[in-house]
Amino acid sequence: MARYLTTDNTSPAVPLADIPELPYGELYDDLADRLAQERYHLAHYFAREEGERLRFYVILLDDADHKILVSSFAMGYHDEAPLPSLTALRPAAHPFERDIAERYGVRFDSMPWDKPLRLPADRRANITNYPFYTIEGDSLHEVNVGPIHAGIIEPGAFRFICNGETVLHLEIALGYQHRGVEKLMAATGNRLRQSVLAESIAGDTAVAGATAFAEAVEKLAALAAPEALVTERAVALELERMAMHIADTGALSMDVGYQLGQVACEALRTMTINTTQAWCGNRFGKGLVRPFGTNKPLTAEKVAMIRRNVAEIARRYNEVRQDIKSSPTLLARYEQCGVVPRAEMLRIGGVGMAARASGVERDLRVSHPSGIFARGIAHESIVKRHGDVMARLMMRCREVLQSAEYIDRMLESYAPAAQMPRPDYERGLAPDSLAVGLVEAWRGELCHVAVTDDRGRIADYRVKDPSLHNWLALALAVRGEGISDFPICNKSFNLSYCGHDL
Amino acid sequence: MIVKTLLNTLLMAAVAIAIPGVINRLRARLAGRKGVSFFQHLRDARLLAAKGAVYSHTTTLLFRVAPAVYLAAAITATLLIPVADLEPIISFEGDIICFAYTLALARAALILAAMDTGSSFEGMGASREALYGALIEPALMIGFATLAMFCGYTTFADIFAVKQSFDLHLTLVMLLAAYLFLRITFVEAGRVPVEDPRTHLELTMIHEVMCLDYGGIDMLMIRIGGWLKTAAFSMIAANAIATVSCFKWWFAAPVAILLTGVSVGIVESTQARNKLSRNTTFMVTISALAALIFFIGYLLQLDINI
Repeated sequence: MARYLTTDNTSPAVPLADIPELPYGELYDDLADRLAQERYHLAHYFAREEGERLRFYVILLDDADHKILVSSFAMGYHDEAPLPSLTALRPAAHPFERDIAERYGVRFDSMPWDKPLRLPADRRANITNYPFYTIEGDSLHEVNVGPIHAGIIEPGAFRFICNGETVLHLEIALGYQHRGVEKLMAATGNRLRQSVLAESIAGDTAVAGATAFAEAVEKLAALAAPEALVTERAVALELERMAMHIADTGALSMDVGYQLGQVACEALRTMTINTTQAWCGNRFGKGLVRPFGTNKPLTAEKVAMIRRNVAEIARRYNEVRQDIKSSPTLLARYEQCGVVPRAEMLRIGGVGMAARASGVERDLRVSHPSGIFARGIAHESIVKRHGDVMARLMMRCREVLQSAEYIDRMLESYAPAAQMPRPDYERGLAPDSLAVGLVEAWRGELCHVAVTDDRGRIADYRVKDPSLHNWLALALAVRGEGISDFPICNKSFNLSYCGHDL
Repeated sequence: MIVKTLLNTLLMAAVAIAIPGVINRLRARLAGRKGVSFFQHLRDARLLAAKGAVYSHTTTLLFRVAPAVYLAAAITATLLIPVADLEPIISFEGDIICFAYTLALARAALILAAMDTGSSFEGMGASREALYGALIEPALMIGFATLAMFCGYTTFADIFAVKQSFDLHLTLVMLLAAYLFLRITFVEAGRVPVEDPRTHLELTMIHEVMCLDYGGIDMLMIRIGGWLKTAAFSMIAANAIATVSCFKWWFAAPVAILLTGVSVGIVESTQARNKLSRNTTFMVTISALAALIFFIGYLLQLDINI
């Protein structure tokens, strides 16, 4: 019997009964082998209660063959025997094992970083007794930032151990907000409410979140979205990518005190999100992507408006990009700052544009294309080698221009469909099945997993934001850097707090 | 006599108020923004004055006294500076040394207060401020030494009043000195590329981070102290220019405003700030520049044919 059920990102949901169930030892050895190869990485690894059993699902992505491998193992719900930790061999598995451990009390043997992911270390824990990593030494000092930050960002504690101005170690403690997103998704049977929830998980990734949900639901209904619909979704997703990359270019300019870049990007970002607003009424594209159809179909005028705006944004943004590239004071700040080497990025399982800036080509639009990338556009990833702030910034610059080109290419020959399907919130879903919504959001790989019960209702919903992997990359990036360069390292990743704290 | 002194003091105050306004307006214009009004910083000041202060219970008297010491020192230092042909309130033999170390006292008071809070941010800021204070001091002292040596006086009023007729050597040294003091102004005022006063990122701040725990009237005193300090350095640079071109108060005061206002406005609009570790190089370079000017002044004074 095969160890994995093989599927891909365009096939319908897989019945739970078809997913192989292996002994833990066998799956552990096989995963450890496969994860040592660059072509494999974990999209998700979670446990769920099934009667008296706790069944663990592994969703492994094979980048080379464009396949999704699904497997599982099970243990008694009340079993207390510890499992050997996969994290000890493959650090990329750490968020998943920590999540399982805190949810179900499963113990992992020789787990190197045995801390909860989102819950307090113990019931009495608070910021004063969180078990931060410490180093003894007379010349060392600790700097704590957060968990409450000035301004409007979300909670998260950053503990630096510094030698003078140099950062030796940064520990990032998240998990200060508990919104119960996954529980809410499963608790309501109302699919409209679920779509709204999916796009509200992280406000800056609204379109990607809604698309991942819609794709998962469509897979469960075994009904592929029509070409016109996936084109419109792709346009919205690329607009979101452009808006966020432009905003971060501006933020990176602001943090080094470069006013011209900041104001130019702020204006362009407004233009981009206003384009989305002119299309669907919401600047972040909320309400735009719905399962099986859309309430906001494009019209010929809107197509023309989007093309015109996107061309203008790309032209002006390109000027900013040239300015940044040719300004010595900016290069002095960005280059060779916050370097994450390729080997480290692979080891921790980094995804998305941050990984690509370090030379790791992880891009679902290439490896596991869905929607328009599976049908019309053959995406070519942009990959940089240096892994520094400059590489991540240039990554954004290139991706903005690339997205603008894609939008233009998609809309060039696009004739708005006369009869665009409407959203369908009532359609029956396959019972006892598992579907994965995999979308390359602007930060990277966004993975939504929906598991249905015997009546076809979503019984369990799991969300993995790309930030879950990449927060560790940020901690590694600042090692050996001056503490005053932390803000630009942080901005160059711009990771999600709410995507992490579900 | 008294009129001259009074006018001098009023002009210094006007320069101190005008420089932040010019910077803000210019930066807004260069960014293509409407921007805040020229007097916005005064409105902010009124706001701060109306607010009470909150003190952490980990702080001591040192923390409460420091802003007053800072402001008093800044006022004293400013009162030593003449506006071209006018006369400052205080003037005595060696007042250039007094000027430098009164400001050092101001800096020391804030550093101690920052350490007093026990916050890791403020400790970091204090350490940076102490380092930069030490690094910029040679530049300042060598700059003053050049002026004193070349002009033969140790009083601001005398140094800048020395010129009788056109003197190429003096013009050279004075213009170089003006440039040097302008560079020092950037450091002392905490502007880009040394520091970004607009930043909200505590980890990158230097002067600002030391004042994080201050609010209300204390913050106001520190703000005003900063304006006065900037004005004083700017006026020294302007005097150096005025003394070899048009030695009149109506020339020197606008020059002081525009020199700092325009140069800071342009630099802050178009340049990124330094990586923090490069700031030391930046300041040592200013000291090296000062030494170079000193030697040029020395050689010119020897009157050898070059």
